[in-house]
This record gives sequence, structure tokens and C-alpha cells, in this order.
Amino acid sequence: MAVFGASSLELLAIEPPGRGASLLYGFGNSIGIAVGAFGLGFLIGVGGAYGKLYGGPVLRDLLEVYTTVVRAVPELVWILLLYFAGTDLVNQLLVAFGHEPIDINGLAAGVCILGIVQGAYSTEVLRGAILAIPQGQIEAARAYGMSPGLMLRRITLPAMLPFAIPGLANLWLIATKDTALLAIVGVDELTQMTRNAGAATKAYFTFFLTAGAMYLALTIVSEIIIKRIERWARRGMPAVGAH
Amino acid sequence: MTEAALASTTTRQRVLGWLQPHRIVLMGIALIIAFASVFFLRWDWLPNYASLAVQGLWRTIWLLVVTVALGLALAIPFGFVQAAGPAVLAWPAKAFCTVIRGTPLLLQLWLLYYGLGSLFPQFPWIRESVLWPILRQAWPYGVLALTLSYAGYEGEVMRGAFAGVPRGQLEAARAFGMSRWKIFRRIWLPQALHRALPTLAGETVLQLKATPLVATITMMDIYGVASRVRQDTYITYEPLLLLALVYLTITGILVFVFRKLEARIPARLG
Repeated sequence: MAVFGASSLELLAIEPPGRGASLLYGFGNSIGIAVGAFGLGFLIGVGGAYGKLYGGPVLRDLLEVYTTVVRAVPELVWILLLYFAGTDLVNQLLVAFGHEPIDINGLAAGVCILGIVQGAYSTEVLRGAILAIPQGQIEAARAYGMSPGLMLRRITLPAMLPFAIPGLANLWLIATKDTALLAIVGVDELTQMTRNAGAATKAYFTFFLTAGAMYLALTIVSEIIIKRIERWARRGMPAVGAH
Repeated sequence: MTEAALASTTTRQRVLGWLQPHRIVLMGIALIIAFASVFFLRWDWLPNYASLAVQGLWRTIWLLVVTVALGLALAIPFGFVQAAGPAVLAWPAKAFCTVIRGTPLLLQLWLLYYGLGSLFPQFPWIRESVLWPILRQAWPYGVLALTLSYAGYEGEVMRGAFAGVPRGQLEAARAFGMSRWKIFRRIWLPQALHRALPTLAGETVLQLKATPLVATITMMDIYGVASRVRQDTYITYEPLLLLALVYLTITGILVFVFRKLEARIPARLG
């Protein structure tokens, strides 16, 4: 009944009898999904925040419904709904255009689902950050006759960054942990690979503790990098939160 | 004009101001979609699963209330020792919060359920103890994982809340000759809880959204019931849509209750 015996190291070995390689593969997939979902969420967030601030009344109300409903219902429900609905929709479209139905790639599905969920939170974070930009900067950009696209690229995005980074950092950490939820639809990410390895060998503690350490390392490394980015983005601005 | 009449006119004005023409159209479209889904989607499974759904709903709410209460009871000491305790206590508490916040809840839940669940039967004295019938079920692991998770996140909030209570308040309490326990009970804790209250609402909604994870360890909460319907009847969307509506309603009630609670407590801090 060796729970933490010498066999633990053999189980975690990279070579085939050990499960190290499949855990690393899952970890790589988890990071990839998190990066994709965070990126997609950021793009949706920029569009959503712009729509909420400068859009017409109908667009604004629809975006309000999107952010409220997505944030009020568990991610687990969205994952199932969007996974089934998304694969159904894609296959029906393919059949309608005379193609064979396909198996949807789990990673792509995961990125889309978590991206849509992240987008709702991103919208709120970025809306707050854009509102925090001193109004004169936006007015000055308009006075120069900048088009909305140019203003977004040159003024709004760079100027809101320092206000958005704490919220975005939080969202990134949530994205890394939310990838674990994709295990319930069988995406090959770290938690799923860990459960498979545990079920095959019965060494649950070894594998779950190892996976936990991997997630923790990702969080801690992320926090160190975030601190640097925050210092860079806030350069030349007065210090906040000094006690 | 009486005060009550004045209040009612402002309420009516507020409602009328909210009801702009495009909103009426949008609500009309929403109603049409709602009616269409009632008539064109399949709901014939609903009566067969109604009692199971009520049980599941009860289990979800029970799980939420119990784990929030236990988690908060743990978070207060965890936050306090990080804000004002000796390093011997502050470090383990900080490590606990970091580990809980740095790893996915699903992983923690499976570590407890599969890990402890496969470890316990190996010890005969556990298998023969009076607790064994309880430890064989799934819910102790679900409650434990959700409680620790809430304690980890809320412990961090309480640390900030305890640290944020102005020193003058504590010095004044000491000048009144209060004992350390009385200062904590009458001054420090109530003010820290005031400060934590706005985040408490958000954390509780997050906790509600974490409860369906227990369905993965065979607990039949409302999410588990929806999964069961899908497996039994091969109807995919209807149970999930209804489930989303149920969570939306519970979240709405939670937000409303916390807003009322916050309004009852005077906002002035300091």
C-alpha cells in the first residue's frame, strides 16, 4: 500500500511505463487552452467594452444581458451547453453544405467555450478601465480627428492598460484554473490526464499532488511575471496602495 | 403630497424611465423566444423528474449554506493570524490560502474523493469505526473541498479586512480598558466583517457556481439531476437550459439579499 513509496518516482517517470510524459502533455494542453481562451476573451472584452460604452441602446442592453447571464450561471453548465450546441451546430452546417460530419477538436472547443465565458468578465474589466482614462485624453484624440480604430490602437488601449492589468491578471489566473473543468467533457488537459493516470494505477495521491504542484507553479510564475508587467505598465505614474 | 405618494411617483418614474421603446421590443422578442421554447422544445420528461429535481435543488442550497458558513468560520481565524498573528501561525495560513487559490477546485475535490477514498479502506480501524458509513458516501468530501476552498479565498479577503481596520479604533478600545478578547469581539471583528461584506456577496455567488462540481463525485445536486435526465432520455438542451435558468434565479436572489443586507448596515467606515 505504498502511498508515497519509491514507486511514486517510477510512476512519474517520463518513459512509457511512467506517466510523466502524459501529465506534461496535459499540462501543455492546459496552458495552450488558457492562453487561447484568455486571448479570445480579451478580444470579446475589447469589443464588448466598446459596445457598452459607445454602442447604441439595443447593443448596450444585449451586452448587459450577455455579461449578466454568463457570470450568473456556473462555468460547468456553459461548458456542457456550448460543447453540445457547438458540435451540433458545426456538424449540421457541414452536413448542410454536403460534407461529412467531423469530431470537433477538444482543444479548439475548449478555447471557444472558455473564451466566451472569459469575454463576459473581460468586458466588465475593460469597461471599468476605459472609464478610468482621464476624459481629456479621449477628447484630445477626437479633436485630432482620429478615427475610432486609430483612437483605440493609439490612445484607448495603451492608456487603459495600467487600470486593466489587475483585473486581467485575475482573469488569467481564473483561466488557468478553469481549464480543469474541461475534464468533464473529456478534453485531454492536465486534470483529465491526472484522473486517467490515477485510475489506471490507483496511485491517486501521487498524481493529484503532482498535478496540484504543476498548477501551483503555473500560478506562482504567472504572479511573478504579472508583477513585472504591472510595474512596466505603470511606469511614470504615481504609486498606488502605499501603506 | 404625502411622503408615500412622493415615493410611489418616483418609483413609477424610475420604471417608466427604464421602459424605453427598444426595451419593450427586446422584452417582446424575449417573450416570443420563451413561448417558442415552451411549445416547441420537449418538456414531457419534466413530471417524471420533478421530485428528483426538488431534492437536487434542496441539496444545492444546503451545500451552499453549509459550506459558506463553515468556510467563513475558518476564514476568520485564517485572515486574522495573517493580519495580526505571530509568524508561526501567519505562514501556514498564508501557505494554505496560496495553495487553495493556486490550484483548481476540481483537482482538490478529486484529490480528496479519489485519494482519501482509496486510502481509507486500507486501514481496518477506519473501516470498523462508527464513522465509516459516513466516510463511504460522497458528500463529506464535497462539503470538505468546498469549505476549504471558500476558506482559502475568503481568508485572503478577511486578511485585508482585518488589516484595514483603523489603528485608532483599536487604540481607543485599549484605552477603555477592554481585554484583548473583548476588543476582538466588539471592535475588530465587526468592523472587519463590515469591510468584507461587499466581497462576501461576490464570493458567495462564486461558491454557488462551484457547487455543481460535486456532481462529478456522484452527489446528486441540481446539476447532477440535469445530467441524469440527459443520460436517461438523451434530451440534451432542455434540462441544461432549465438548469441555467435555475442558477440565474438563485444568483438573482443571492444578489438581492446581500444588497438588502448591505443597505441595512451604515456605509460610513473609519
